[in-house]
Amino acid sequence: MITLNHYLIVSGILFALGFAGVIARRNIIIIYMCLEMMLSAANLTLVAFSRFNLVDGLPDYTAQALVFFTITVAAAEVAVGLAIIVALFRSKQSVDVEAVTKLQG
Amino acid sequence: MPPLLFYLFAALSLGFGLMVVLSRNPVTSALSLAMSFVGLAALFISLDAYFIGTIQILVYAGAVMVLFLFIIMLLDIKEEAEKRSSLGAIVGAILVASVLSVQIATVCSSLSHSKQSVADSALKLQEAGAEMTASGKSLATITKDLAAGELPDTKLMGLTLFSQYAFHLQVIGLLLLVGTVGVVVLSKREKEVAP
Repeated sequence: MITLNHYLIVSGILFALGFAGVIARRNIIIIYMCLEMMLSAANLTLVAFSRFNLVDGLPDYTAQALVFFTITVAAAEVAVGLAIIVALFRSKQSVDVEAVTKLQG
Repeated sequence: MPPLLFYLFAALSLGFGLMVVLSRNPVTSALSLAMSFVGLAALFISLDAYFIGTIQILVYAGAVMVLFLFIIMLLDIKEEAEKRSSLGAIVGAILVASVLSVQIATVCSSLSHSKQSVADSALKLQEAGAEMTASGKSLATITKDLAAGELPDTKLMGLTLFSQYAFHLQVIGLLLLVGTVGVVVLSKREKEVAP
């Protein structure tokens, strides 16, 4: 039988995978994709809790409204972030995170 | 949802998620991410969140992925063959990720209601419909669907967003506008910058 625990563990593993990608990869576009994966893993947790925490016999739609807002913010974030990456590529000719060290002093 | 389907979609989501992290070619990563999101959308739908599952596919697997592929092709990124990540970063990532997963799994297993299955917390549609009709706070179209034993997911979502969160929805609209303007400003070539 599939329980709440199953969904939470899938979401946790997906989040950890994204986190590992953010730490280990050097290509800034792939780091961005891993960030998206982490956001989606958090959404899965919210939807799972919304389904298992019934309010008057219906799923908790407050949580799903939060997921809706998260997805919208993530879409806006991707657009702005990719524009920054394009600007970065124009000045550095590279998408390697280690090419960007100007703030390191 | 049958357990087999849950495991199938969870494996789809996690397997392609792993490919995003491991693949050396950015295009492979982007397409794996799209497949991973499709698996995740199926999990959303298995949790009776039809609307969220649909916008997950439309927004992530559709719009965001096209944007990623567009940028990858625009920048013409070659496979990062010459430079590999440092060993320390890889070992650290594996260590942190495994510790985090074990921690999350342990905490989640000890939650008081984590053993609940979908059948244990079955939706009570007719009762919810009767209650909504009695309190008079709902719309006729929603109570009609509930009385017929269907979950009007999108209608309930719309009711929540446009009544309880109407202000927040407008703030999100403003955020998207600011994002659009920001992208245009960022991608404009600066020509007249004095040296």
